[in-house]
Order: sequence, then C-alpha cells, then structure tokens
Amino acid sequence: MQKNNVNRSVWLTILTIIMVVAPFTISGYKVDLLTMLMVNVILAVSFRLITTTGGWSLAHVPMMGAGAYATALISGKLGIPFWFSMPLAGLAAGLTGLAISYPLVRTKDFSFFVASFAAGEAIRLCWIRFKVPFGGHRGLGVPIPELIPGVPALDFGEAIPYYFLTLVVTIICLSLMYRLDNSRVGDSMKAVQSQEALAKSVGINADGYKMLAFFIGSFFAGIAGVLLAHRLWAIEPHQFGFTATLYLLVWVVFGGSHTFAGPVIGVVILTILGEVLRPLADWVPMVYGIIIILTLIFLPDGLESLPRRLGSSAGKIWKFRISFGD
Amino acid sequence: MEFLWQTILNGLMISSFYALIAVGLSLVFGVMHIVNFAHGEFYMIGAYTVWVLFALLHWPFFIAVGAAIVIVGLLGLVSERLIFRHAHGNVLSGFIMSVGLVFILQVAVVEIWGVGKMKPVPAAFPQVLDIGGVSTSWQRFIVLPATIILLWALWYFLAKFRVGRGLRASAQDPEAAALYGISPKKSAAIAMLLGSAMAGAAGAFMAPIMSVHPYMGHSVVWTAFVVVIVGGAGNIKGTILAALIFGFLTTIITTLLDSTIANLVNTLVMLVILAIRPQGVASHAEE
Repeated sequence: MQKNNVNRSVWLTILTIIMVVAPFTISGYKVDLLTMLMVNVILAVSFRLITTTGGWSLAHVPMMGAGAYATALISGKLGIPFWFSMPLAGLAAGLTGLAISYPLVRTKDFSFFVASFAAGEAIRLCWIRFKVPFGGHRGLGVPIPELIPGVPALDFGEAIPYYFLTLVVTIICLSLMYRLDNSRVGDSMKAVQSQEALAKSVGINADGYKMLAFFIGSFFAGIAGVLLAHRLWAIEPHQFGFTATLYLLVWVVFGGSHTFAGPVIGVVILTILGEVLRPLADWVPMVYGIIIILTLIFLPDGLESLPRRLGSSAGKIWKFRISFGD
Repeated sequence: MEFLWQTILNGLMISSFYALIAVGLSLVFGVMHIVNFAHGEFYMIGAYTVWVLFALLHWPFFIAVGAAIVIVGLLGLVSERLIFRHAHGNVLSGFIMSVGLVFILQVAVVEIWGVGKMKPVPAAFPQVLDIGGVSTSWQRFIVLPATIILLWALWYFLAKFRVGRGLRASAQDPEAAALYGISPKKSAAIAMLLGSAMAGAAGAFMAPIMSVHPYMGHSVVWTAFVVVIVGGAGNIKGTILAALIFGFLTTIITTLLDSTIANLVNTLVMLVILAIRPQGVASHAEE
C-alpha cells in the first residue's frame, strides 16, 4: 500500500512537470487544445460521478452550458469579477442539476434516458427562445478574466496564462472529486447503483444520494462550462447540443466508468485520435461510432479493464518464463 | 368554427405522423429493450430513399415509398444482426450502441450526398384538398390514411399471425415464450424489421413536406421519445393515444404561440407525467 502511494506520487510529479513545461514548447493552437482537453476532463470526471449512482444523464452537457451561461450573465452583464462568478456559476449549474434530478430519480432505463435528454433540451430551448437575457441563437459574449479585478494589464487573454488558470482549477476540481469518490459518501453512491434494494434496507436514502450526485456533478460540469466560456469569449446554445453529449458518452464508455481514471483515459486518447485524424475531420464521428460499438461488444468495461484482462494472460507468460528459467 | 375544424384537421395529421414514427420505436423497445436512438436516422434514410427514387429517378411516388419501407426495414434487420444483438438486453449498452450507429449513418449520408445542398422533393400530390371550407394539400393529408392503413396492418399482423402473436409473447415474457418454441432472437429480428420499416415509412411520407437533410432525424426522434414515454414504453395502444395528445397539443400551441414554445410545453408535460405517473398514461394493467 505504502509503495503504491509512493509510485502514484512519482507519476503525479512527472505528470505535473510535463503539464507545466509543455505549453512553452508547443504552438499556441496546441496550448488551447490542451486547455480544452482539461475542460473536457473535468466534464467527463464529473459525468462519471453521476454515473456511479447509475444515472447516465443525457443532460450533462446542458449543465455545463448552464455554468457557461451563468458566468456570461454574472461576469458579463453584472460585471462581477471572475473569481466570484466562477463558483457562483458552478452553484447555478448545480442547482439546475438538482432541479432536474427531482423527476429524473423517479425514472428508470428508457424513461431515464428520454427524460434526462428532454430536460437538457428544454433548458437549451429556453436559451434559444428567451432572447432576454440569453441572447437567442446568437448567444452571449463573455469577458476576459482578470487576475486582479480592475487591472486589465494582468488578464488571462493569452493562451498560456489561461492554460495555467485552467490547470490550477482542473487540479482543484479533480482532487475534490477524487476525495469524494473515495469517501463514505462516494461509497454510498456506488452502493445505490449496484445494490439499490440492499442500500435502501440499511437506511441509505437512495433518491437523496442520486440527487446529491446530480448536484455535485452538475456543479463541476458548470465549472468546466465557466472555463470553456471565458476562453472562447462567446457562447451559443448550439455548442451544448446533443452532439456534444454523444461525444461525452463515447469518452466515458470508451475509457470505462468503474475507476476514477477511466473517463480521463477515454477523453485523452480520443482527443489525440481526433487530432491525428484532423485531415479526415468529416469522418471522425463515424470512427467514434465504430469505436464505441466495438468497445461495447468486445470490451464492455472500457479501456480501463484492458490491463486487468491482459494482466491475467501476461501473468501466465511471466510464470511460464520463470519456470522455464528453472 | 372554421378555425376549430382547421385545428382538428392539422392535429389529426400531426398525430398520425407522431404515431407512425413512435409506434416503431415502442415496438423495438417492448421486444428488444433497445432505446434505439438511431430510429431518427432510419427515418432520415427513408426520406433520402424517396428523394433519390422519386425526385431524381422519377419513379412513381408510392413505389418509392414502398422501396423506402423495404430498404429501411432491411437496414434495421442488419443492424440488429450486427450490433444490437450483442447488447443482450442491457438497456445502457443498447442505447449507446444506437448512438454509435447514429454517428455512422449520419457521416455515411453526408459523405455520399453532401450536407449543404438542398434536397428538394416535389409534391407528388400538389392539389389542394377542400373539406367544407377547411383546406390542406393532398400531400399533407395523405399521411393520415397511410398511417391508419399501416397501423391496421401492424395490428393485424400482431393479432392474427402466429409470428405476430409470438412477438407479443416475447415482449411480455421472453423465457415463457422460449419454452413454447418462440425464439427470442427471431422475435427481436422481426421487431427490428417492423419498427425500422415504420420509421422508413414516416420518412418517406414526410420527404416532400419536410426539408431533407442528414440531421433531420434529431428533432423527430426526440418527439417520438416523448410520445413513447407518455404512452408507456412498449405499449402500442398507449403510444397511439399519446401521439394524439401531443399532436393536438403541438398544433394548438403552434397556432396560438410558436413552435419553440410548443416543444417546451411538450417536454414539461412529459416531465410532469413522469414525476407523477412513471409507467405512462395508459398503464400496463390491460396486459
């Protein structure tokens, strides 16, 4: 156990050094790509948090949008500094998630998918329909965040400063969600999924935990939306449409949702793949579609289960070699 | 008074379209437990078939429609064989597989026919239909009798044919049905064939009315989901009832306000119904 922890901290240190050095060695476009990757990592991990209670919500990207719209209104229209508008926008997204979770936790399977899809779509229709304050199809502008409010010289308008802002927020969000995942509350959430009747019988409030998961997951999705909005400087309802939700599902299913690392692996590998296939950008959705179907048929627990599967056969080879040496 | 009749006529036409698209979805869920998100893409391919055969190659309209029904039905059969069979009744995997299928079909259509250009399908029956002062075009009206005929054919098949009764038995209790020699795999394949064919028919009849493009399935599949949920998933009578409810609701709100509000109200109605009556308006008690 001790050794495991040392190992993990070594890997984390190496990863941190790479993440700190990387932006200085690559082009501005790639720095922004890494920033968006981190935003998507927060989104995917926060999505997994909800799926640990069994809810594969199709309204998660609209929750991200709720955060983005909230920060556009709070910091753009009301002029409140970024540092306050970020947690407030996260809270707004979290409360939106809590509100839609009320009917959602009463549904299962087919109804759950459709109801969550419809709830997300209803939120998006509100942004389109109510031009005041949401700006309709054209969306809203978002100001550039400033380090110290009122000092425009120290802003996060360039790619590299914004990258580090995102890096810090991502690390905070991921460590909070990691702690939650390994806490008693996180265990109760998983129990709600795997053994709902048993969990209820030992006094776990199943619906309560599901709604809590929606609140927390939507909160972090909202933070991801804030980071997205302040980098793009403008948001529109189309960005949070169903295509984005489908991509999110593909990331999480491909990476696997049983471990904390699964969704992260899924996002990172598929984003890299998307970049490699850039010349064939039109075909990327089809490649995603084929990958997801093959994953579900041949590796239903996602990429994270690959080492375990290979592990058993690799172990056999290892043993065989030792006995051969004897 | 004229307004009332016009609304009733429009409501009936929209309801029949909803019923046509939603009954297939409900059938597939009832038998296979697959939330088929690609149902909207099947509808889209039905519309494209009519565009190619009727608008480009000038085949007679009804033959193009028949071809669309057959082609989309076979497409459903193939996707059951290659993809959905491997979901083994797991609702989540089945749903996400269908999402993968959505991506594949959309890209295929975009790559073959392009995305930007309009795909105009001329009306096969441009004449105006006049019923006691209320008017509509024949092209729109024809969806109503077509739906009644197709739903009647489906009912006849499910009620009178041995295979159809087997299908219903599989939907209610696959294990007991298997004991009587009804293969669940065969039932799944037939359900997928029929369900997809209905989507193809809906797309084929709507091609001259709607604009034909690769993403036309998205909004339609959403409406179909709302209808299926409110009717009770897998319950065909309930689905038809829900199609009538939402058809009229949409017509009235669109006439009085606008279509975005209509979509919003439909969704809210569905969420409220789910919160108070999760099994749908028509409960399964009759089974």
